[in-house]
Amino acid sequence: MAKQIKGLLGEKLGMTQVFDEAGRVVPVTVLRAGPCVVTQVRTPQTDGYAAVQIGYGAIDPRKVNKPLAGHFRRAGVTPRRYLAEVRTADATEYTLGQELTVDIFTPGQRVDVVGTSKGKGFAGVMKRHNFRGLPDSHGTERKHRSPGSIGACATPGRVFKGLRMAGRMGGRRVTVQNLTVQAVKPEENLLLIKGAVPGNNGTLVYVHTAAKGGVDGGSGA
Amino acid sequence: MHTLDTVDASSLRTDIPDFRPGDTLKVHVKVVEGNRSRIQVFQGVVIRRQGSGIRETFTVRKVSFGVGVERTFPVHTPVIDKIEVVTRGHVRRAKLYYLRELRGKAAKIREKREYRDTSSEQ
Repeated sequence: MAKQIKGLLGEKLGMTQVFDEAGRVVPVTVLRAGPCVVTQVRTPQTDGYAAVQIGYGAIDPRKVNKPLAGHFRRAGVTPRRYLAEVRTADATEYTLGQELTVDIFTPGQRVDVVGTSKGKGFAGVMKRHNFRGLPDSHGTERKHRSPGSIGACATPGRVFKGLRMAGRMGGRRVTVQNLTVQAVKPEENLLLIKGAVPGNNGTLVYVHTAAKGGVDGGSGA
Repeated sequence: MHTLDTVDASSLRTDIPDFRPGDTLKVHVKVVEGNRSRIQVFQGVVIRRQGSGIRETFTVRKVSFGVGVERTFPVHTPVIDKIEVVTRGHVRRAKLYYLRELRGKAAKIREKREYRDTSSEQ
């Protein structure tokens, strides 16, 4: 991880649209990102890797347990609700208690957004794994959305592990890569990201510079 | 979507006149050709207006050289230089799709009569 990654925690506010300079409609997701504070700086000497731990969101100090409260006190900041680590090579550039806002991102930059996808409950194979189901006619009875065969007979005499079946869908960590930052509004701590972002409105998201895309996509300068 | 009203507010236009389906408009559209920009006028009847807020759009229909042409614009798009309301139409529908089936005089829309105080602006 030689790359210098910048990251922020925030929440998804919802989607809307804006017009770009050519007058085209651009669908955007509005995120309230930051302000985050640096709560810990991890170095290869002490922790074996370089990273910055950031905190986001207000929390009632009475709800913070003693070990965590001490952790925040050492950083010299009020307790935060969420913590995340940014694995970046330039971790030593950060200082404890330092405040990070959306102006670390620039419009046009590529970012990855991590969120918890919307829970779909117990979903069938057509919805969960994009199976095609069975035909609507030609003798199909009450099996239109079923997976069909799940294996052979006495050989192997069992169902293979990992076979895609119906089950719980959604509600897990999802990363969407290479989204474009449409606009940055530092005065309201807002980040306008082109396209969709995982999760319900109001849920926690983690935005960081794109892992892929090399020099051009990652720098954003 | 009240949480995003402040985000949308900066994109909303306030210089758009009040118009309804049935009205005839002159839409002055900015056209960019290479590095040159000019204004093109698209005149026709509003046959639909849908959506609300920043997403609101309207469709203008005209018959050009015997071929029906419809253009849909976002109400708040910066592509529109200005909108002129030519006539107010008297119609009994919100969506005037029936105009597509009609030609010539049958496709004409009666002009709206002002019943109330005529001195007030339309």
